[in-house]
Amino acid sequence: MTTTHEPTLFEKSRPGRTGYSIPTCAASASDLPAELARETAVELPELSEVDVVRHYTRLSQRNFGIDLGMYPLGSCTMKYNPRINEATARYSGFAKLHPHTPPTQAQGALALMHELQNMLAEISGLGAVSLQPAAGAHGEMTGLMVIRAYHTKNGNPRKKVLIPDTAHGTNPASSTICNYEVETVGSDAHGGIDLDALAAKMNEDVAALMITNPNTLGLFESRIAEAAKIVHDRGGLVYCDGANLNAILGITRPGDFGADVMHINLHKTFTTPHGGGGPGAGPVAVRDFLAPFLPVPAIVKTANGYDWDYDRPDSVGKVHAFFGNFGMLVRAYTYIREMGAKGLAKVSAMAVLNATYIKESLKDVYHLAYDEPCMHECVLSDKGMPGGVTTMDIAKRLMDYGFHPPTVYFPLIVKGSIMIEPTETESLENCDRFIEAMKEIRRDAETNPDMIHEAPHHAPVTRLNDVQAAKRMRLTADL
Amino acid sequence: MRYIPHTDDDIRVMLSRIGLADVSTLFDCIPKALQLQRDLDLPPPLSEPELERHLSNLAELNDGATMTSFLGGGAYRHHSPAAINQLLLRGEFFTAYTPYQAEVAQGTLQAIFEFQTMISRLFGLDVANASMYDGASATAEAVLMAARLRKGRKVLVAGSLNPSYRAVIETYTQFGDLELVTIPFGADGRIDRNALASMPVAEACAVVVASPNFFGVIEDLAALRAAVNGDAIFVVSFSEPLAYAMLRPPGACGADIAAGEGASFGLATSFGGPYLGLFATKKEFVRSMPGRLAGETVDTRGERGYVLTLSTREQHIRREKATSNICTNQALCALAASIYLSLHGKAGLPALAKLNRDLAQTAKAKLTAAGAALRFAAPTFNEFVMRLPRSAADVVAASRKQGLIPGLPLAGLDGFDDRDLLVCVTELNTTDDIDRLARIVREG
Repeated sequence: MTTTHEPTLFEKSRPGRTGYSIPTCAASASDLPAELARETAVELPELSEVDVVRHYTRLSQRNFGIDLGMYPLGSCTMKYNPRINEATARYSGFAKLHPHTPPTQAQGALALMHELQNMLAEISGLGAVSLQPAAGAHGEMTGLMVIRAYHTKNGNPRKKVLIPDTAHGTNPASSTICNYEVETVGSDAHGGIDLDALAAKMNEDVAALMITNPNTLGLFESRIAEAAKIVHDRGGLVYCDGANLNAILGITRPGDFGADVMHINLHKTFTTPHGGGGPGAGPVAVRDFLAPFLPVPAIVKTANGYDWDYDRPDSVGKVHAFFGNFGMLVRAYTYIREMGAKGLAKVSAMAVLNATYIKESLKDVYHLAYDEPCMHECVLSDKGMPGGVTTMDIAKRLMDYGFHPPTVYFPLIVKGSIMIEPTETESLENCDRFIEAMKEIRRDAETNPDMIHEAPHHAPVTRLNDVQAAKRMRLTADL
Repeated sequence: MRYIPHTDDDIRVMLSRIGLADVSTLFDCIPKALQLQRDLDLPPPLSEPELERHLSNLAELNDGATMTSFLGGGAYRHHSPAAINQLLLRGEFFTAYTPYQAEVAQGTLQAIFEFQTMISRLFGLDVANASMYDGASATAEAVLMAARLRKGRKVLVAGSLNPSYRAVIETYTQFGDLELVTIPFGADGRIDRNALASMPVAEACAVVVASPNFFGVIEDLAALRAAVNGDAIFVVSFSEPLAYAMLRPPGACGADIAAGEGASFGLATSFGGPYLGLFATKKEFVRSMPGRLAGETVDTRGERGYVLTLSTREQHIRREKATSNICTNQALCALAASIYLSLHGKAGLPALAKLNRDLAQTAKAKLTAAGAALRFAAPTFNEFVMRLPRSAADVVAASRKQGLIPGLPLAGLDGFDDRDLLVCVTELNTTDDIDRLARIVREG
């Protein structure tokens, strides 16, 4: 990665330069009334095309991506992004399709979405799917709205959502948007949900249990069916956060282990890119009895082909201006069609094999939070590290070895946690290199801890001052 | 299985090092009763050539994608310079993660910082966030932010707001204590200021107006802001931000929040997504803002660098007390918009805006001459509503035979009938296209 400073677009700007090329217009001009017109031009940069191309190329060189190396981010799942996905999403029949195109002239897109819904229903073991949510957290919100609408229809929206202490921060935030109170359920000694605590908290005020399975410790909630029964017996529903679906593809299905609602992060499980923070896509899958509550419009198959159906009186409404992140749906569809059933099952098997291999190789070198069989990710910690070396130090030092750091300080129930998810697209050699780097950091912590405290040494910048950023609050460049 | 590198030998080596006999034992922690005892019922796998054939067949079924078109209504067909797509495809951008680890994400972070700068300048407001899902959810988040900041429980929403945006606001607020009240629009397509004067502004936390509105009509925002004259957060929503290259920006007109769609800046129409939610506000409200923010700082050597900042507002720290539940945003779409804005720049963006408006004015004149009537007299940007001499459905059908989509029929929308058509003209339409449309309107 390049370590030379890159000036901002605004610093590079020179009056009179331009990178645009637009048609000249023989059309009639007419002025806007003065009270509506902008008085001065927007202070955008003035650059030629080559200036712009160099700027962004150089910025790209100051970034790490999966294409440069391993990205072992637990619960965030950064796997290889196949190039065919990028090609198909750009076919002009998809990319140039306007969302108001009459459905009769968009049958290919509707067919693809209908088929993807069916495939996601089969994979999740749930009957009905909406592709509209634009991200995982957007899917959570939508799924919880479905739950709330269902309970409301039955006469009582209920008040609370129970969430294990290992949950993603989006779970409580999404619950709050749906006007639910959040109550935390603890974990047992094996890192699973504490069933006694769950039973004690479960009552007729609880709308749902919101659980991640495999959970964010990387462990399969082996008593999930009992947990679901406790919730169902008191009229609640089970929401499964689908962040870790990639560990169980074709092995077990949320619908089969008691989930009523789940979202599926297409960017985590089905290889659509995260792109520095999105776009993602977060389809929601529900049991058949909840289908009427899904967002509008729904896709329906009629004798004449596919069409939109807006006439769904129990629906929670619209969650997106159009139909969701269609371009991401094309990528996920392409991936599932390439892999097939056996391919997807192998994805999970190899993801679990890699994580288990790393866990077993490092558990004598780093503190292992829960020594249990793991799924696609494992959680270590900085407990007992010599030289005052912290999890953040380890993360920054890994950059010097050419790895993106793992997820750090999450889940919250493990102090100083380091959450590693290699994914199935990393080879044995890459896993070995990562293990070796982790072992060297441990050795260096004993002999030369200052070097680790000062890492990274080979990144584009040294450690950045977060406190100053928040204090000075410089969120835009000066004119 | 080209995305999985493991050879049979690799698998054997790994299993032996971890002391397992077989891959299937990796899943022993899942109770047998919960395991799926069959393969998933999915279509058979396809090779790359088969995938290409299958997907291109599906793409070609969308014959509406490649026709001459006058569709707008919340999504706009604009040219995207070739440089954008090629830069987006750089793996360091599109295969990167959310920039939590700032030292190896300076490219994404600087690009976001520059995006925030350009968006806040375009809308005349102090700060912009690092993008949201789309225009509808950005507008809904603006309403939720207003509800956090102000006591009033009514939300006054322009009747001329994009109906999808209105629907998303309804979805986002349905379980809270907010009440949506519609501000009527007048015969010229703008908010009826007399009606506004009698609305319960004092009880409102937000007033949401649209400009250009769903009918393409431009509001006099400064006059509206003066008319609102209350404590409510004044939100300007839009779906065609290009207009603000020539329009007085929301901030200069007294808006507290500008929220809308940014897809016009270099994104594909892509059947409605992924798009780009834009959101800008005043500095005093920054801690109540939803979404992510990048800020400038220094490293240990004093070199300039960028980090995600003020994240104590966010869901991963504040959990149920966060300003929003947003985690994934649309950073790659924001990057496309940044490249677009820097290519067009200070001279290009107004020139493009002027071209769009000039072509639309030409279309208005030609369609009027062909027997259609302008539905609203107020100034418009690049789209407008025509009342056709016959049903819009007839015109759509006749147009299809000639490989053209004439616009969006508004039948079913309150106050419109089956002859009303929303027509959008951009730089991708030529004067020949406009003549063809006029001929169809005249002759069928």
